[in-house]
Parts: sequence; structure tokens; C-alpha cells
Amino acid sequence: MPVFTYREAIRHALAEELTRDKNVVVLGEEVAQFNGAYKVTEGLLAKFGPSRIVDTPISEAGFIGMGIGASMLGVRPVMELMFWSFYSVAFDQILNNAANVRYMSGGQINCPIVIRGPANGGTNVGATHSHTPENVLANHPGVKVVVPATAYDAKGLLKSAIRDNDPVFFLENTMLYGEKGEIPEEEYLIPLGKADVKRQGTDLTIVTYGRCVLHSLAAAEVLEKEHEVSVEVVDLRSIRPLDIDTVLASVAKTHRVLIVEEQKPFASVGSQLAYMIQREAFDELDGPIHRIATIDAPAIYSPPVETEQLPNPQRVIKAALAAVA
Amino acid sequence: GGSMHYFDPTKNYWGGHGIVGGQIPLGVGLAYGVKYQGHKGAAMAFMGDGAVNQGAVHEAYNLASLWQLPVIFVIENNGYSMGTSQGRSSAGALAKRAEGYDMAWGTCDGHDVYEVRATMDKFLTLAREESKPAVIEIRTYRYRGHSVADPDNTYRSKQEIEEYRRTKDPIQVFQNRLVAEGVLTEALIEKIDTEARAEADAAVEFSEASPFPTPADIQKDVYWETDNPSERKSEGRLFFD
Repeated sequence: MPVFTYREAIRHALAEELTRDKNVVVLGEEVAQFNGAYKVTEGLLAKFGPSRIVDTPISEAGFIGMGIGASMLGVRPVMELMFWSFYSVAFDQILNNAANVRYMSGGQINCPIVIRGPANGGTNVGATHSHTPENVLANHPGVKVVVPATAYDAKGLLKSAIRDNDPVFFLENTMLYGEKGEIPEEEYLIPLGKADVKRQGTDLTIVTYGRCVLHSLAAAEVLEKEHEVSVEVVDLRSIRPLDIDTVLASVAKTHRVLIVEEQKPFASVGSQLAYMIQREAFDELDGPIHRIATIDAPAIYSPPVETEQLPNPQRVIKAALAAVA
Repeated sequence: GGSMHYFDPTKNYWGGHGIVGGQIPLGVGLAYGVKYQGHKGAAMAFMGDGAVNQGAVHEAYNLASLWQLPVIFVIENNGYSMGTSQGRSSAGALAKRAEGYDMAWGTCDGHDVYEVRATMDKFLTLAREESKPAVIEIRTYRYRGHSVADPDNTYRSKQEIEEYRRTKDPIQVFQNRLVAEGVLTEALIEKIDTEARAEADAAVEFSEASPFPTPADIQKDVYWETDNPSERKSEGRLFFD
């Protein structure tokens, strides 16, 4: 099977959907002439032209709001945020207009927009560029939130997101753009809201998503070889809708849970998961639910310390051993 | 409030919305959609004089002019943003700000039907025929407070309200003109008035007779997918408790 990077997988998903549906347009800062701040959209301008691949000014509230308005008419804009961190300057558009327009119009309007871009720390870009807003976004009924960990998942999920009739927020990761994975030549879609068991195990369930899937899989290898702990890794892939059934099935198998997330801990995605697992699988648990998250402070600028602030395989191993003790 | 929930896309009316100025980028998006899909037409994005200082409005102005989108930004200037007069909230002339974005602009008196129509026609033609945006400021007034929570006794005088009602009431001004032109007679005025009141009364009656939604309706109209379950493609839970 051909091997592509996560970046290429997203680009291929965009190109396929641009080819399939004339209503799909790609807009964002530096997506066209510059070929993408992270080169995700490289070559799309040459292939699809300036009416389909559109450079916007640095004006997130304006162009995201514009995309939402256009989507109400049936255009399917895929908007790139150079960093998801910049969602804060378009917060009103994203979470008042995109999330609420269907509800406030009594179901007369829907908003088939995709907003995508990276949302992660780990590249030494500081506190203002390292936000992970999936919990904030998913707190708003009406929206869908997707966080792919692999090239294969990124492509299949983005194609589904573009065809979805509700607003979908697609959170990528600059640390994953160069990660390679096998991608079939034939077209495929991955439904939103379907978790993927990335590794089978019997002693501990790690519930995770995004780049933390890679940390968890690396940790699981060490735990197996050096500590004889068999770890199952459940990749949520989608935060809302949420495939809680796959999580609960794994908990029923292992009876111990560690949540690994690149979120600040307070009111995070993991907080919601912990509530749901204890509420729906209390009798299956042999111990308290454990969690590791980003250490609770703004993203530190120092590169070696930022690595320690974020979840990493060493932190996962330590937390996993505590969870099975 | 109810005005934030008026929508009727079948009549090309895309909504009330709730955040001052937050709807203006959507209007630009409608114009973008009209242009992208190759339709003939223009979008009109309405706001009050209190909205003109919101950042989203200025971002919308820039995009509309930059991309020559067929949108008219209409400022209905009634002189007050809630209880704050224009002079206490906005620097400079409102529509003239369009010049900074290289956009056409104009003003007109809202109590003069002919002037409003002529102004709108001029800029709508520009939008429809040449895909050019514009800002129009319509000077108007409001007799009532901003909302039910506005006692309307702290920021303007009763005399000011009465003065406007006496000299510039749009319906009265138009009526006087039509009477002077011999188009309207007292009998016809009476008839139109009676019919209008009956229409309003019927609307009130319809509203009051309409049932309230039930708690079971709370989660309707949240997702297109849950409203169209046979076409749902995603899996997993969409709602949480």
C-alpha cells in the first residue's frame, strides 16, 4: 500500500473533495499563493485555480463569518486556521453563528462548514499559539469535533467532514504533519464518531486521541516488554460525536483506565470521559480512573521543558504503572 | 428576544441573530455565495448605529471591498445604542467610514419613503450590476425603549420623542404626501388603518393561540443529522447528560 504523510493525506482529501463537488472551496491565510503555512494546501491553487483556493487577509472573525454565511447558501467552505489558537478572535462567529444558526432558525438553516488547522503544543511557539480547544468547541451542541492521529484517519475523516451537513471542526497537529502511514489507493471514508482500537490489550485501557495516541502506543510497547502490562489503546478520533460504546467495551475487558490527553486538565475532554466511564461502567472498574494531561500552565516557551509539560511516553508509562498498581 | 429568532430563507431572509455586529460577516458570506454560485443578486446586511464599532463589522467591510462582493451594509441609525447616544459612542460620521475601505456610501432620511427607495435602488444597482459593496446610513428613530428592560426615562426627553412623532413619523409623512397628491382620501386612510390593525390583531391572536414547545423539543434543530436520522452518516453520541 502507498505510504503518505499526514500532511499529504489531508491534501489528498481536499483535492478529492474539490474535484467531486464544485461547492467545496478552500479559504484561509496563505493557503493559495504561499502554498500553505504548513504546506498542507501545496499545489492546490495550481490545480484548482483562485476561485476555489482563496487567500484571506489576517481577519479570522471576518473570513470565518463569511464562510459560515456562504455555507448557509450551500457553499461548502473548508476554512484553514493557521493555528486553531486563533479561534479566539473568531469565537463569536464559530460558537454563536455556526453552532447556533440551525437552532435559532428553527431548523431552517444548516451550516456545512469545515474549519481545520493545527491545535497542539510541542513546537516551541509559546502560550498564544499552543491552545487545544477541542473541549471548548465540543461544549457547544450543534458542532462536531474531530482530532485525527494518523494519516489514514486524517484523510478518511476529513472527507466525511466535508460531506457533513453540520459544522465540523477538524483539529490537526503540526507535530504529526510529517508522520507517515499507509493509505489505500481506492477512495474510503471514515464516519465521524467512530473510535478505533489502535492496540489490543488486557490489563489497562488507555483512552486517548490526537498525537497522544502515538505516545500511548510507544508507551504500550515498553509496558509490554519491560513491565508485562498489556495495554489496549482506544483512539477516539472524534470528540463529538463520541463513541463511548467502544470505550466502555474496552473498560469491561481491562477494568482499569488511563486517559491521556494534550489538554489542560480543568474541564477537559478527559474530565467528561471520566464522568461518563464512572457513570456507565462503575462496576467494571477495579480502581480509580487515572489521567495525564498537559501540566496546568500556559505553554512554556523553553523547548526542553515544554516536552515535559506535554504528555510524552515516559509520563504515560509512569501513569500507566500507577493505574495498574 | 424574539427578534433574534426571525428567519425565513424561503423569502431570502437569513435571520435576526443575536450578537450586535456578529451578523455582518454572514451577510458578506451570503454575497460571496451569490457571487461564487453565479447568481444574479445582492445581499443586504442590516445593523444599528450601535454595531458600527464592532470589529467584525470592519473585518466584513474590508473583505467585501477587497473581493468586490455584492453586499449593501445598511446602518439603521436611530441615534441610540440602547441608552447611549451616537455622540457618546461613535467617533465621526458612521457611513463615511466606508471611505477608509474604498467603498461607496450614502445617507438618507428614513422618514422619507421616496428618498429611502431612491438611495437603495442606486446602491443595489451598483451591487447587482457591478458587484460593488456599499454602506448606507438611514437616519431614523425609535419611539420605544431598546427592550422591555429599558424604562426609557434616563437618556432622552419626552419632548424629543414627541417632536419626532409630530414632524417625522414615516407613516404620517407619507400619508400627508399622498393626501396632498390626491392619492389618499380620509375614507381610504380609515380603511387601510382598519385592515392593518386587523392584520396585526390576527397575528397576535395566532401567536397567543400557538402552543409553547415542550421539553421534548429542546434537542430538536440542533444538528441537521439528528433532524434527518435516516440520512445520518456519523456514529456515536451527539448529546450528553
